[in-house]
Amino acid sequence: MYAQLVETGSKRLKTLEEMSPEERAFQEKVDAETKIEPKNWMPEGYRKTLIRQISQHAHSEVVGMLPEGNWVTRAPTLKRKLQLMAKIQDEAGHGLYLYSAMETLGADRDEEIEKLHQGKAKYSSIFNYPTLNWADMGAVGWLVDGAAIVNQVVLQRTSYGPYSRAMIRICKEESFHQRQGYQILLDMMREGTEEQKAMVQDAINRLWWPALMMFGPHDDESPNSQQSMAWKIKRKSNDELRQMFIDQTVPQLEFLGCTAPDPDLKWNEETGHYDFGEINWQEFYDVLKGNGPCNRERISTRKKAIDEGAWVREAAVAYAKKQKQRAEAA
Amino acid sequence: MTQSEALKEYLLRLADSDMILGQRLSELCGKAPALEEEMALMNVALDLVGQARNWYEYAAELIDDGRDADKLAFRRDAHDYRNLLLTEQPNEDYAVTMGRQFFFDVWHYFTLKSLSEANDERIAGVAAKALKEATYHLRRSSEWVKRLGDGTEESHRRMQDAIDILWRFTGELITPDETDELMAKAGIGPDPEQLKNDWHGLVSEVLAQATLTPGAEDAWMYMGGKHGEHTEHLGFILAEMQFLQRAYPDAKTW
Repeated sequence: MYAQLVETGSKRLKTLEEMSPEERAFQEKVDAETKIEPKNWMPEGYRKTLIRQISQHAHSEVVGMLPEGNWVTRAPTLKRKLQLMAKIQDEAGHGLYLYSAMETLGADRDEEIEKLHQGKAKYSSIFNYPTLNWADMGAVGWLVDGAAIVNQVVLQRTSYGPYSRAMIRICKEESFHQRQGYQILLDMMREGTEEQKAMVQDAINRLWWPALMMFGPHDDESPNSQQSMAWKIKRKSNDELRQMFIDQTVPQLEFLGCTAPDPDLKWNEETGHYDFGEINWQEFYDVLKGNGPCNRERISTRKKAIDEGAWVREAAVAYAKKQKQRAEAA
Repeated sequence: MTQSEALKEYLLRLADSDMILGQRLSELCGKAPALEEEMALMNVALDLVGQARNWYEYAAELIDDGRDADKLAFRRDAHDYRNLLLTEQPNEDYAVTMGRQFFFDVWHYFTLKSLSEANDERIAGVAAKALKEATYHLRRSSEWVKRLGDGTEESHRRMQDAIDILWRFTGELITPDETDELMAKAGIGPDPEQLKNDWHGLVSEVLAQATLTPGAEDAWMYMGGKHGEHTEHLGFILAEMQFLQRAYPDAKTW
């Protein structure tokens, strides 16, 4: 999940009777699974919530390039290097695509990016963890893209048309990334040296819990979920999504021949799901507040890129202006 | 030097230049001046490394000493690398990044155009596909040189500085040696005189449109990359790029 704790601005749900006629018509449309399009009337809270969620999602794609950029110059083979480059390129594309979807709501990309650089906008907490060995490129693809897909598959049915369509397109590419990530790990576990196998287990040990945190706090700690669910921006709760992810991931973990750093992880015959241990929520909130291992580096790298690129963008604008004037004069 | 020796040498030059420039561009991941540029830089880098792989594969077949494309890319030291010095120069600011790309792309475009008609089918095939990519690269870098040259006062100054810094590495692109001449004679590589004229012609045209001044044609040129004598930068590029292969030499798969 690339959006965590998205503020909706509402403390409790309004009943249909309490709504204005416009709000009621809107809610009925949402309830009937009709997509909301940019030109349709929508409650201000819905619009703002979507801007927050989509921008968080877009920021996550962009910041998410950094932990991979950390290894793209050190990828071990031509094939892996090309795969990683293609993945990073896709992510830049997803970022662009999502910012465009966000702009259909009247938000401005530069303004939202400025909020990110000022520390006022969030992005997925997972990207504040460092990538310390090559197997992290596999584990990020498998676990992080895997967790994102669980969420995004559901978001394909989100009520806002442009966001839903962005998700459909993005999901296809993400599942490709996930398979590639898993393959990196599988190849190392099957044919690798002991050192390579140790890299894989080390990557899983470090990224397992942060991946589970991607789904956000427990449902009863998630004050904005109820409104987001009513608006069908969100379609499944954090805990439901997390359980889905665990259930599909543990067999893959076992197939790799690796373990999770969770002694409480075990199959529960009665529920038909895996039980798992409690997430370290203190760590989760610390990272969200800016106190993760790489928060400062991620934001300062992004800010530096945009700040130092200002003269380039200014030149492009000035040149386009001159070209336009020349065309008009001719 | 026999023609078959020259061919192996020539393929490594193509491969290494693509590889090193692709490596330099991928260093910019997450650091581009705009998200659109982020995508474009990675796209160009991806094309170049993809082309490098094709050239390495053919080179490995001809060299035929048990090394595959990965071994050629990740297990040769700097003195065995044959890339143009231009490609290993640091990214610096976006003017240098784009100036380096532009000088390279003009050379690459005309070289691939000629290679796509080579009387070696394998080369012609790889070059024809690469030419499509290089045509886009050239259009893009030409546009950027014009935008920065004829943009603002600051961008003009930076772009002119970039031209001045990089100019000394351009001679190597168009100064033929025995290998280049043998390849031309064999109906594979471009005619050196033609390549030189084409390169100067297009570079002058674009720089003029960009309100920029090229360096002198008789300026002193720094050469040696094609023979394995590099600038100090390449050692560091390889130390990073080859790290895993060097640190885990026993690993058979990745």
